[in-house]
This record gives sequence, structure tokens and C-alpha cells, in this order.
Amino acid sequence: MTSTYEELPRLMSLMTGDEKHSAAATSTLDVIWVLHDRVLSLGPGEDRDRFLLSKGHGPMAYYAVLAARGLVPEEWLTDWGSFESPLGLHPDRNLVPGVEISSGSLGHGLPLAVGTALGLRARGVDSRVVVLVGDAELDEGSNAEALALAAARGLDALTVVVVDNRSASFTTPGRIVARFVAEGWAYAVVDGHDHDALASALSARPGRPNVVVADVSGPVRPVAPAPSTHPEDAR
Amino acid sequence: MNPRQQFAATASALVREDPSVALVYAEISGQFLGEVERDHPDRVVNVGIREQLLVNVGAGMALAGLRPIVHTFSSFLVERAFEQVKLGFGHQGVGGVLVGVGGSFDVAAGGRTHQAPGDMALLDTLPGISLHAPSTSAEVDAALRAAIASDGLDYLRVVAQTNEVSYPHRPGRFHVVRRVPGAPVVLAVGPALDAVLAATADRPATVLYANTIRPFDPAGLRAVVDVPEVVLVEPWTAGTSAHAVAEALREVPHRLLALGVDRRHELRRYGRPEEHVAAHGLDAAGLRASIAGFLAAGSLRAIS
Repeated sequence: MTSTYEELPRLMSLMTGDEKHSAAATSTLDVIWVLHDRVLSLGPGEDRDRFLLSKGHGPMAYYAVLAARGLVPEEWLTDWGSFESPLGLHPDRNLVPGVEISSGSLGHGLPLAVGTALGLRARGVDSRVVVLVGDAELDEGSNAEALALAAARGLDALTVVVVDNRSASFTTPGRIVARFVAEGWAYAVVDGHDHDALASALSARPGRPNVVVADVSGPVRPVAPAPSTHPEDAR
Repeated sequence: MNPRQQFAATASALVREDPSVALVYAEISGQFLGEVERDHPDRVVNVGIREQLLVNVGAGMALAGLRPIVHTFSSFLVERAFEQVKLGFGHQGVGGVLVGVGGSFDVAAGGRTHQAPGDMALLDTLPGISLHAPSTSAEVDAALRAAIASDGLDYLRVVAQTNEVSYPHRPGRFHVVRRVPGAPVVLAVGPALDAVLAATADRPATVLYANTIRPFDPAGLRAVVDVPEVVLVEPWTAGTSAHAVAEALREVPHRLLALGVDRRHELRRYGRPEEHVAAHGLDAAGLRASIAGFLAAGSLRAIS
């Protein structure tokens, strides 16, 4: 990583034009940052871990992290969404370096992740596949199809992280976890702004598909002190 | 071996021959695929009755570097899961080989739910897709092997209706089955060929045959249009390739009769496949009457 967490608000302000639109106010920022900074082994190789952003809307946090990683030039951020820009309101893997899937329409990322995990296993590649979904996105029925097969095929390389900002309609308490547990997934529920808790939960490989619910519905915290960039310190 | 069994046999052989080939299906045709699934459980995956997942699992495997064959009835593969085809393959920019069975008429007694006359028109909206209508078991084998050897997005429409003669697989070049200089041209697509040949046996007509309809063959069509009358016969939604004919002949004044499955009314009948073919005017008698009426209706004149 070429930048630190403290630089993310400035990178995001290049897109929002609003310094007060603080980093922590974006529900996915902490999860994406922790995954990239402390959990996943990323790079250009075939054996890299895969991060799939299924919830493609509101991609500022993702673009900011890609800029922090040096994959996206900072100057791309200022005119994102324009005709000339590779950065759209939904990301396109064919246009943006480091982006594993083009997303925007909800309910595609988890099924694609299941296929990716199956394909990597068939090729003998032991990479992790982590897919970020929103809590409301889980209402797309395609996810129900995918999480059943993932458990049936024992896809232990697969982790779903649900960023839960309570945006789903017609919900009931505990339903997110219950859906996964019913199919035999391992699970954890953590504070979605707590970097150490996120790093610990997202680093786990419990031997079966794993869901981490990152609860971001609580009070927004001030930007945390600089976290270590050494994975060993996260454990 | 009928075309569907041929598909299963060739797909199984390809999985055995090539470690980069995967086969994903959704219960349908499982009776033909058990053996290869037992031998290659990592690359042959039955996803159950989950067609949205079927397509995106295939796309995910393509993202992981495999060449997937994705298979079920055309109605569920293309129509139910169309957005998965559009985004999982098309928009991601990865390739795969979609193989649908059933087509427009195979499951005539099953009714509308199991008939997909609109599959080709839907898929035709995806930039760069190759659309194949192999119409004998030998053509199925050749088309599937060629599609696997390429790296794009291919759709094979495998149906029970067959033609008498097999033609080589050569995308982008139509076959000239009968050449009559100075006569109207009939372009027969997929298993419509035999009925076209029977319908035109007693009248001068040049007959082209396409077992791949995308890419189209504009030069091949132009080369045989001597008089300004073209008949297009497709055993799916009528007029699906009319825009391709128009594009090929944009500098040539012409009349076009586009025959196929009626797009104005739902037939709402059961029965046998040949009864459905006849109901849509795609049997030899129906084609003969339509073509005669079209040619008798007059030739092209200047509008003044």
C-alpha cells in the first residue's frame, strides 16, 4: 500500500468535492481498506486473492483504496463519471486496473464468486475469494441460489462480507446470519468500523464458506489512528 | 445419436481431453452426464434447479481461467437468466459456450413455458456473440469443438429437428446449396433447410444455408442476389436476422420476406413439434405458399 488510511478522506474528497463527507461516513470504506491493507494477498498473479465488489453503487471508497494502492492515478478521481473517465458510477473490470468484476446490478457478485472459487479450485489455485455485498442486496434471490451451492460444494476459500447498514426493506432481526447458517456457513458479526475486529474476522478460514456481517449501523467513529500495515500485528 | 445426445457426448469428450474445459448444468441432461461428472467432479458441476446461478457460475469459472460450457433448456438458459448472460459474460468481457436445448418446438406438448423462440433475438442484442444452429449431430459435434477452441461468447442452439445433409462449420460464410442465376434467393437457417429445399424444388431459387447466423455473411449474400427478392427462413422469431439482411443489402434495392415463428400471437397449443412447425408456416407446404405469394405480389418498382 502506498498510502495510509488517513489519506483516504482526501482521496474521497476529490470525488465528492466535500471534505466533510468523511471517510467513515461511507459504509464500505473500512471493510475495503482492511481487506486490502491487512487481509488479502493481492497482485497481478493468477494466485492472487480475489476481491469482488458486488455492491457496485457508491464506489468512491473502492476507487479511493485503488488510488491508495497506486492502481488508479489520483487525477482519475476528479472527473469520475465523465465520458472520458474509466471510473463510472459502477466499476468496470475492463476499464479499471485491479477490479475483478464489473458490478452495479445487484445479486451478481456472489454467484460469480462461487464460480470463481470453483474454477480456481479446479485449477489447483488456493486463493481466497472475498465478495462484498450489501444487506439489501441479499434480498436478490440469486444470492440464495449461490450460498446453497457454496456450502454444498464446501467452498472453504469463499468469504462473503455483508456490509449491513440496515437498508433492506421487510427485514427481521438476525435474518442475514440465519440465511447463511441454514445452509451450513460459518459466521461472525463484527463492528464494521473496528479495524482489528474486521481484520480478525476476515482473516479466518474456518474450513467452510464463511460470512462476516460488518455492522455499520452504529455511531460513526472518528477516523481511527493509523493502523499497522503488518498482517502479523493484526492477529 | 440425436443432436442432444451428441452434445452430451462431445461435451464429455472435451472435458476429458482438455483440463481447461468446464461443464456446468442445472439438472437438465444429467442422464447423459453422470459418467464424466463422476470422473471430473471439479470441472463438471450440476448446480441444481438454479439457472441464474448456472450462468454466473460459468462466468465465474471463465474469470478463473477456464472455458465453460453452460447448459440447460434454452428457455431457462437465455430467457430466465438473460441478465446473467449479458453481465456475467458480455459485460465482464469473458467467453464461454452456452448450449441450449429445446429451441422453439422440441417441447411442443409442454407449452409456452418450455419453448424459446425468442432466444436468438435476445442474444443478438449482445455485441460480438456467435450464434450457431447446428442441424445434424455431426454439425453439433463440429460446432461445439470449434466453439471451445475459440475464446469468445458462443451460443449453440441444439434441437431435435435435423436436416438430411451435414455441412461444414465455417462461421461467417454461408453455404451455397443450390445456385440458380437470375433467381430469387432463399436463406435457410438451421433446421429450416430441408423444408426450404422441398418448398423450392419446383421453382427456380438460389438456396443458401447458414448453420452459423452470427457472424452473418453479408458478402456471401450479396454475391448471389441477382434479382431483388430475398426470402429469409428462421425457425425462431420471425425477422430475427432481417436487420442483418438489410445491412448486407443497404446499397441494393430489394424486397425481403422474413419467415419464422409468429411474433404477433402466442400459439397457445400443445401437440407435436411438426404441428407447431406447420402452424407457423415453416413446413414445406407453408413455405411454398408464402414464397409464391411474395413473388407473385410484384417486383420492386421506383416509388414516385
